[in-house]
Amino acid sequence: MKYFAKLASVLLAALLSFGVAYSASADKLKVGFIYIGPPGDHGWTYAHDQARLMIDNMLGDHVETTYVEGVPEGPDAERAIAKLAETGHKLIFTTSFGYMEPTLKVAKRFPDVKFEHATGYKQADNVATYSARFYEGRYVQGQIAAKISKSGVIGYIASFPIPEVVRGINAFMLGAQSINPDMKVKVVWVYSWFDPPKEADAAKVLMDQGADIITQHTDSTAALQAAADRGIHAFGQASDMIQFAPDTQLTAVLDDWGPYYVKRTVDVLMGTWSPGDTWNGMGPGMVGMAPFTNMPSAVAMMARKTAESIRTGAFHPFTGPIYNQAGELVVAAGEVAADFPMLATMNFYVQGVDDKLPE
Amino acid sequence: MNELLIASMMTMMTAATPLVFAATGELVCEKSGVLNLGVEGMMLIGAVFGFAAVTLTGQPLAGLLAGSLCGLVAALIFALLTLTLLSNQVATGLALTIFGTGLSALVGLDYVGETIEQIRSIHIPVLSDLPVIGRLLFGHDPLVYLAIIILALSGWFLKPTRWGMILRAVGDSEVSAHAIGYPVIAIRYAAVAFGGAMAGLGGAYLSLVYTPLWAENMTAGRGWIALALVVFASWRPSRVLLGAILFGGITILQLNAQAAGLGIPGAFMSMLPYIATIVVLVLISRDAIRIRLNAPACLGKPFRAER
Amino acid sequence: MLALEARATQSASAAWLSPLLAMALTGLTGAAIFLAMGKAPGIALYIYFIEPLTSWSGLSEVAVKAGPLILIGIGLSVGFRAGIWNIGAEGQFIAGAVLGSAPAVVFYDSTNLLILPTMLVLGVLGGMAWAAIPALLKTRFNANEILVSLMLVYVAELLLVHLVQGPWRNPQGWGFPGTRMFPDAALLPMLFPGYRVHLGTLIALLIPLLAWFVLTKSRFGFKVRVFGSAPLAARHAGINNPRMIWATLLIGGGLAGLAGIMEAASTIGQLMPKISPGYGFTAIIVAFLGRLHPVGVALAGTAIAVTYIGGEGAQISAGLPKAVTGLFQGIILFYLLAFDLLTRYRLTRIGNKVSAT
Repeated sequence: MKYFAKLASVLLAALLSFGVAYSASADKLKVGFIYIGPPGDHGWTYAHDQARLMIDNMLGDHVETTYVEGVPEGPDAERAIAKLAETGHKLIFTTSFGYMEPTLKVAKRFPDVKFEHATGYKQADNVATYSARFYEGRYVQGQIAAKISKSGVIGYIASFPIPEVVRGINAFMLGAQSINPDMKVKVVWVYSWFDPPKEADAAKVLMDQGADIITQHTDSTAALQAAADRGIHAFGQASDMIQFAPDTQLTAVLDDWGPYYVKRTVDVLMGTWSPGDTWNGMGPGMVGMAPFTNMPSAVAMMARKTAESIRTGAFHPFTGPIYNQAGELVVAAGEVAADFPMLATMNFYVQGVDDKLPE
Repeated sequence: MNELLIASMMTMMTAATPLVFAATGELVCEKSGVLNLGVEGMMLIGAVFGFAAVTLTGQPLAGLLAGSLCGLVAALIFALLTLTLLSNQVATGLALTIFGTGLSALVGLDYVGETIEQIRSIHIPVLSDLPVIGRLLFGHDPLVYLAIIILALSGWFLKPTRWGMILRAVGDSEVSAHAIGYPVIAIRYAAVAFGGAMAGLGGAYLSLVYTPLWAENMTAGRGWIALALVVFASWRPSRVLLGAILFGGITILQLNAQAAGLGIPGAFMSMLPYIATIVVLVLISRDAIRIRLNAPACLGKPFRAER
Repeated sequence: MLALEARATQSASAAWLSPLLAMALTGLTGAAIFLAMGKAPGIALYIYFIEPLTSWSGLSEVAVKAGPLILIGIGLSVGFRAGIWNIGAEGQFIAGAVLGSAPAVVFYDSTNLLILPTMLVLGVLGGMAWAAIPALLKTRFNANEILVSLMLVYVAELLLVHLVQGPWRNPQGWGFPGTRMFPDAALLPMLFPGYRVHLGTLIALLIPLLAWFVLTKSRFGFKVRVFGSAPLAARHAGINNPRMIWATLLIGGGLAGLAGIMEAASTIGQLMPKISPGYGFTAIIVAFLGRLHPVGVALAGTAIAVTYIGGEGAQISAGLPKAVTGLFQGIILFYLLAFDLLTRYRLTRIGNKVSAT
């Protein structure tokens, strides 16, 4: 929170000094958002909407925000994005991977509109991409899980076998192994980001098979609740889900898009926006951790320490030696995995993951 | 392994329960000769209103009642259109699903992210503690038993009771049933209403017990599976339970195979229930006598009494 | 007391009147809903129903959205007229898209101009193949086509997901499900720069004219009508039952398949896990709203498309949630289905005194 306050004051000062001429004009900058789900999902879309509200709160005098929810990836996405551009939105955030091609297509038609595409890898003169290093938080979760678990088996509910998710599983595993080299992670792919009954099914099945900690890379609260029903500890996803499992949530990796969204909006206001790719972690505050609850204070202390050393850059979760499932050394001892290509396109499991990566 | 087997069977049973509710209702409805394709919509309506009622009152029972009642009301809209105003059943059923999806999403806006007290599994001293069968037979949540009881009652009702025979007569030959003097339309209204109440209950089971939360479109196609299930069971209640465990359980089996490190079983395993339904349909249809025994002959046909 | 009396022929005036009545009542109901949500009803209704038609881009989007609905709706209406209830057009749409996309996926860098026509033909064949299954099972085993075609929707959906996650997944796609983008030669040409209307939209708008001609002027059209209204009479007239089942299902499947491949090869430009927002099911309603008449289907498809586009506009300019669109569509359909009665029956007053019952 302290970070936000600092950022806010800096940004507002910048606005006041540079933006005098701008604020004199009656027109507010219109900023649009395309959401894949409903803002109330308490997961991915919720986090983006919280960030949008932060723009409203901090820049409300200069900016007006609009969102379109539940836009399916496909032909409807292009229309919705174009509609925002046509209605005078000069900065548009498209917040799902599948909007990549539609965003690029619309961007070509509206060269004076700036586009920000989340989690994509293709940029253009007026299209920037951004993503968060959630794996940093997952490493911390892995450590906590290894400390808390009695069975030594952790259940991991995964969505799609894409680099981001694979990276999360690996970081979690590395964190767990740093505490107990024999930890086992069972992975279940549900091939969906948001399907509450199926996520609950996956959690139940994993618990049936002996997992005593559940972690998820899907968006609903169902898995957390299914675990809570059996008194099993679990991690929240994307936002603090403590109200759904007050006695069992350990922590959650938080998506804090707010600082980035505010900064990019200010950039457009001041005419300093430029395309590029941003990949931020705990350091700049794009990734956060919910309070460490329902665990012994020694474990919470350890988690806090790890998170702090990741935040300051003293420690990188993907520090060698790291071996893949075949036992080959992929990151040498003492070295850190490169962003590109290893982390960005990660398509292998580290040693110890009890699963075969789907082809 | 034994423990895993029991746990998996318990999980499969809960997965089957919403399907048993919805399929039982649709079965009775279809037996009266009415094909209601709006099961998915009615389940969603039941899920959202059930959840809302529990949020407002804190009473699980109120949620179940509200869920089934609202499913019933939705079914009555369908009945009014198809039975009184003689609209096409297929189109009206689809319209009901669209309506239910939209209405539930709108009503649900205020309830996204709310939490409620989940309906817990029962625990009967001694019985529930028996090895193996204790949990399998006496360790479920109360609605699992309610679903089975309603299914059994429906089976009993359709076979030897007088009203059950009348219902079947209406579904098999509406013209002769009318000629004999049975109130064809009234009976169909009742059957459709029962179908709606059961679909609503199935939806409420999802939002109150299965995953105690409301999320847009949370039924995720279970209404359609219930429709398939009725055919799979060849309109015989005794087979609904088996089919529901099979249909509901196949997802659980897949996830279990994955968690056990056996890899992704692939799309073909997911297709199995649907292909099996087609095969069953072919088997019962090729035999003209057997199809007449089970499938309602007038399914989907409108009826209007001539003065 | 009022009673219903069947009309000898469908009333032409009622056919026009009932959609208007339904629209008016939907407007009233909508106004009430908007008031309850604290929105100005007039503005909200304008955004929903009028605004999409007031700009070129809006019209273009309505046409793009209406295209597949009309195409599938026409195919289905032929079957429905003959009393063949194919409700699996969603599956036939997907099957057409899958088979039709095969050349574009395999020859992903092709510049051969023949690739697009090949894809369209394969798309039609894919849809037909999927519809042939219920046709075969109906004619050979008497299996109910409603249920068979519905089950096949799920099989087709799972097949598509399997392909785009497995064998057809874009090797450069970072593991995300979906094929490569189709090469330019495999995409339907756009008609106007800056708008998304494409050749497929034009084809979809021409099909109703063709269908109208076939249904009213050809022997086949006559057979379809006779078969639907009086199967027994049809048999006496020598209209072959299995042949009619095959013909109508293949027409419905072929047009749905064509819609599928034209959608994949235009606005999407690749195959993804989900390529249809329920076009196949919505088209069933379109067919009924259009009274199974080609011109009616074209109008109904356009009307439904308007509510989709208007719903999106309402989110942007009035902050109305997406759920309202679904609710609205449901309500419109209910009213239309209810007033449909007026075209087939007339209200008459029976008895001399007003009865309390």
